[in-house]
Amino acid sequence: MKDLHQFLISPSQAAQQHGPHDRIVMSSRVRLARNLRDAAFPGWAKKPERVKILETILPALIGLPEMADSFAEAMDNLTALDKQVLVERHLISREHAAKNVGSGIVLNREESFCVMINEEDHMRMQALRPGFQIREAWLAIDRLDSTLEKKLNYAFDNELGYLTACPTNLGTGIRVSAMLHLPGLVLAEQINPIIQSVNKLGLAVRGLYGEGTEALGNVFQVSNQMTLGESETVIVERLEKVLSQIIEHEENARQTLLEKKKKTVLNHVGRAYGVLANAHSISSKETMNLLSLLRLGIDLGSFPGTERALVDELFLTTQPAHLQKQHADKLSAEERDLIRADMVRERLKDVSRPVMK
Amino acid sequence: MQCCVCKEKPATVHLTQIVGEKMQKLDLCEECAKAKGINDPTSFAMADLMLGLGASQELDPSAGGVEIKCPRCGFSQADFKKSGRLGCPECYQTFSEGLAGLLKSMHKGTRHIGKAPEALRKSRESGERLKQLQKKLNKAVEAEDYESAATIRDEIKAMNELMAAKIG
Repeated sequence: MKDLHQFLISPSQAAQQHGPHDRIVMSSRVRLARNLRDAAFPGWAKKPERVKILETILPALIGLPEMADSFAEAMDNLTALDKQVLVERHLISREHAAKNVGSGIVLNREESFCVMINEEDHMRMQALRPGFQIREAWLAIDRLDSTLEKKLNYAFDNELGYLTACPTNLGTGIRVSAMLHLPGLVLAEQINPIIQSVNKLGLAVRGLYGEGTEALGNVFQVSNQMTLGESETVIVERLEKVLSQIIEHEENARQTLLEKKKKTVLNHVGRAYGVLANAHSISSKETMNLLSLLRLGIDLGSFPGTERALVDELFLTTQPAHLQKQHADKLSAEERDLIRADMVRERLKDVSRPVMK
Repeated sequence: MQCCVCKEKPATVHLTQIVGEKMQKLDLCEECAKAKGINDPTSFAMADLMLGLGASQELDPSAGGVEIKCPRCGFSQADFKKSGRLGCPECYQTFSEGLAGLLKSMHKGTRHIGKAPEALRKSRESGERLKQLQKKLNKAVEAEDYESAATIRDEIKAMNELMAAKIG
């Protein structure tokens, strides 16, 4: 069995991945839900059937050229900590992390494809790209899916399209989403009207870890909700349009804040720096929220010589499972808060106080 | 707006229910709303109503009604009520009547538009081509153009043989 942590891209490398508009769009993702014709959905299938499904799908996936060099494992072979690390990397859902026997994961070396086997559907295949690249992600997963459909017998109906466990995913089975960093809109108190108008277009806005989570660190996920009655291309194009508008609003909000509320912004950024650079105990939630302001400060030029990648790396390494992974002994939440503060102070050692421009 | 149950009378009762993060909408006429027992909108789950939309499928044990179960996997309406998920691909056939309203309320349309597995797409295309040829054949026969009819008939025969060979 491959070691997950040797396989995964290191947090510093992950933070160095760049894409278009990545100061606002942290990442893009397109996921397709696919099921096998002659099997019960994972939530209803008994354990032996789920195992059989996994044993059918795994070899088909590993045989794909895109997945030739991959981490492929049954979920029961992963520790709870490993699963949590995968959640923190946004490679699997929290629901999938709770799975054991009969579920699996296949992740390629570049971390541009990750397939969850027997999550809610037999397959949830995702293409991941840094920055604003939802079209590229769609084209990539479309290709992967077209190769895979020759090896597996998909559940497909001429009227209803790809059949999924939940009727909300029926049809195309597609979920197009982007992770956005929107501190400007939050500080300018424009985020709620934006969320409402995005909702009206039939798109969902969620927090950092998807369904039912809060927007820690001013990070929001925008995705389509409807999957039946519209083609994949139409959905991708609508998302592209809406995301471009949100990017524009965020840029405008930042600009306006700098022009009209410069002190307020600098106060937020300065205090965030003050706490992060000097705290001796800090929770992961507070860290996320303050790192978000530091990231904004970097974007606005308050930290000359400091790269956004520093913050993006800390976004990962300060999370509970990533912290625990670096220590042999089991840490309590209090111990993690101390170690987290030490790590952040150390990383910010060479970052000077924010400057006013 | 039409009532989504009887699809005849205008809808005057409009229901919106938010479960978790999902919003469901339902538009009913006066009679159907009464028939479904909606006087107190807080006391019913929309999923029940939607899955019971086809009156014939309604789950009513007191009246000696039989609960519908998927013949392929044994999944029942009650199971759907509990989980909001279906049991297997075949369930879409089993519960199609009850699902129609639900799909209408949550999606842009009720008919799939977009990607299809290539093999199926091809067979669908040849199916449609066959239909067209059949029409042409009927017309030719009607017009007593037997020469064209013979050519079309041969074409249909060749296509059928090709398809049969593929399936075999």
